[in-house]
Amino acid sequence: MAHKTLTPLLEEAQKIAGPHQGQFRDSIVTGIYRTAEQIAGDVVSHTSTKRQDLDRQIDNIITSPVWGFPVMFGVLAVVFWVTIAGANVPSGILATGLFWIEARLTDLFMALNTPGWLHGFLVLGVYRSLAWVISVMLPPMAIFFPLFTLLEDLGYLPRVAFNLDHFFHKAGAHGKQALTMSMGFGCNAAGIIACRIIESPRERLIATLTNNFVPCNGRFPTLIALVSIFIAGSVSLSLSSAVATLAVAGLVVFGIAVTLSISWLLSKTILRGEPSSFTLELPPYRKPLVGQVLVRSVLDRTIFVLSRAIVIAAPAGGLIWILANTTVGDASVLSILAGWLDPLARFMGLDGFILLAFILGLPANEIVLPILIMSYVCGGAMTELASLTDLRHLLVDQHGWTWLTALCTMVFSLCHWPCGTTLFTIQREQHNWRWTLLAAMIPTTVGVIICMLINNLVRAIGLV
Amino acid sequence: MGLTYQSTGQLTTREMFDAKSDNCDYIIALAGNPNTGKSTVFNALTGLRQHTGNWPGKTVQRAEGNYIYKSHRYRLIDLPGTYSLLSNSADEEVARDFICFARPDATIVVLDATCLERNLNLALQVMEITNKVVVCVNLIDEARRKKIQVDAAKLSERLGVPVVSTAARSNEGLPRLIELVSDVASKRVCPKPQPVSYSKDLEEAIARLEPRVRDVIGKDINPRWLTLRLLDGDTRLLQAIENHLNAGRTAPVVHGRRRDYSNGA
Amino acid sequence: MSDTITLNCLGNGSIALVKEVVAEGLTRRRLLDLGLVPGTKVEVIRRSPVGDPIAFNIRGAVIALRREVAGKVLVSPWG
Repeated sequence: MAHKTLTPLLEEAQKIAGPHQGQFRDSIVTGIYRTAEQIAGDVVSHTSTKRQDLDRQIDNIITSPVWGFPVMFGVLAVVFWVTIAGANVPSGILATGLFWIEARLTDLFMALNTPGWLHGFLVLGVYRSLAWVISVMLPPMAIFFPLFTLLEDLGYLPRVAFNLDHFFHKAGAHGKQALTMSMGFGCNAAGIIACRIIESPRERLIATLTNNFVPCNGRFPTLIALVSIFIAGSVSLSLSSAVATLAVAGLVVFGIAVTLSISWLLSKTILRGEPSSFTLELPPYRKPLVGQVLVRSVLDRTIFVLSRAIVIAAPAGGLIWILANTTVGDASVLSILAGWLDPLARFMGLDGFILLAFILGLPANEIVLPILIMSYVCGGAMTELASLTDLRHLLVDQHGWTWLTALCTMVFSLCHWPCGTTLFTIQREQHNWRWTLLAAMIPTTVGVIICMLINNLVRAIGLV
Repeated sequence: MGLTYQSTGQLTTREMFDAKSDNCDYIIALAGNPNTGKSTVFNALTGLRQHTGNWPGKTVQRAEGNYIYKSHRYRLIDLPGTYSLLSNSADEEVARDFICFARPDATIVVLDATCLERNLNLALQVMEITNKVVVCVNLIDEARRKKIQVDAAKLSERLGVPVVSTAARSNEGLPRLIELVSDVASKRVCPKPQPVSYSKDLEEAIARLEPRVRDVIGKDINPRWLTLRLLDGDTRLLQAIENHLNAGRTAPVVHGRRRDYSNGA
Repeated sequence: MSDTITLNCLGNGSIALVKEVVAEGLTRRRLLDLGLVPGTKVEVIRRSPVGDPIAFNIRGAVIALRREVAGKVLVSPWG
């Protein structure tokens, strides 16, 4: 069959257009807009524009030179505060319930006379990590995602991009990177996919490579738990959620600063080029459909992220239990591995178990803290971990954590390789393993360097 | 043309149609500017019977869902929200290629009643590609609050396609939208869009080239629209069209029902 | 219709008519597609907290453009 080709037609078109081709392009766009203008003029009638004035008044505040940034920081803080304060109670209830079930499961296994290793693998390994992931992650996600979707639907996020664009511009990046970054708060893999809204390949790559510097929902619980224990734990109870909120918001601002610095560095080195043109609509504010927001954010975001975490956490939990309970000589495989990592980890202000937990947590960031707890607990005496107080006891009293350990762990959580899903997504979007590798190398390098600096500086000054 | 297939970088029709077109009767595309409440229309029509990717694709990802009307199954494909179909951004290419190559049985164009002029730009562009268009003037509740009136009947007359006013968030007008879509999809109604009239030079060029385009391409693609793209010299699109024309000869572009259709039904 | 200036030079609140887009390539396409065709009325609405980008009312929608992009649009002040 003949191969159809448009080439002769195109040649003819060029002959007809002659030197006017550029003008035709303009004529097409102008013709369509003129027509739209005429039709709209005929069918639309206005009687007032009061409502638009209200939108403008709101914008006068949230994009003002004085209030723009404080409001932004405030909104961020309120979202975190509601998430932290609201998640505490349901988290506790879920943990109590799930660990009660664990006890009953143990009873059942005892009654059935099953071998110890089977109980250990299934209950202490698989079930316990599941219980952890659900009780730690579900409540904050069920609060954070709807709040975030509300902000999205309300029309606030484009204003954030509007306020921040100048900095991204200076960093040689695209203004919409502020939006992809915000998506990253929910899930970095989703943030990577969102980078498609950036058309210039160079700027899309910058946004992709730096997306991991904002903590995703899998890392928030780790940050929140550590902040609650170490920072908020040192002030009175009534202040603790507020202090925790500020600390988490501070970490996020730090993450944004790193994002901008690395974007700048990339655009000055391997991804050199002119910033492309950028247009951003500031849509009218709309009252969000609360019901729809709840349904969609629970179905699309919460359940998706949670199910992924569960699918990954269950086998990982089993694996950790095996590592912790298989001994070579008189040490478990887990502690041997941790021992190898210990010198490097110590230099970064961590310990071998923490670094190992990050490595084993590659499939999903959600399970880093559960892995750490499990690897601590398997060697220790504790069998149950129902509250943050128990966690504090485990970390501080039994494993010698200081506030510096917590700080370095939080920084490393913010700056290390992206989770497996995110890496897979980057590979799928970029089709180039070099960029995927770089996406893992850049945050890791940054994290290692910053942790080493913090650790050695603090120790040199003698603060710890 | 020197462009390789790969370099067009877009989803092929087939890929886009991995939408399992076997178990539905009609395929309906949903187009519109960003921020027109398009997702609300989509959600209201399909309810929870929808597939989204990893993210509730506000702009980036394909979402599709089903609904049933008078015992026919409709598959609704939510196209990316765009202002135009001319700029060759990834979003615009996906939307344009879907309307042009996958040839949905009807395309709903959602317009923001409070910002009609800008939104009509997209509607007019869609109507240049396909005549099977239903215009949905959404957010009329917002418009009422802002004291803006849109005369839907007059708009329908001027555009030459069915028009319905809706407030998707309160379900207002959606039953009528479904009815109009069914009329267009089943060919009970055949919209005749009023063509955009361009400048004299351009119209003359179109008049010279269009008959030639008709001869070569046939009726597979709207000849006036293709003529405009040729005059515009949009090589990326032209390459995609070439691929489409040739893919259509060697392999059925779309599975199932679509193949029967092109075999002379 | 005497004096021609670029869009980025207008102060907040001022209105102008588009004369010409002097950008080339993709930027030109983008700006035209936004509706910045000759004769279009544009209102400067606001500037971001640090002065750049600038938000304009273009055919009923509020669109933000970076200063250098707005500098590619020639306008004549109106009213």
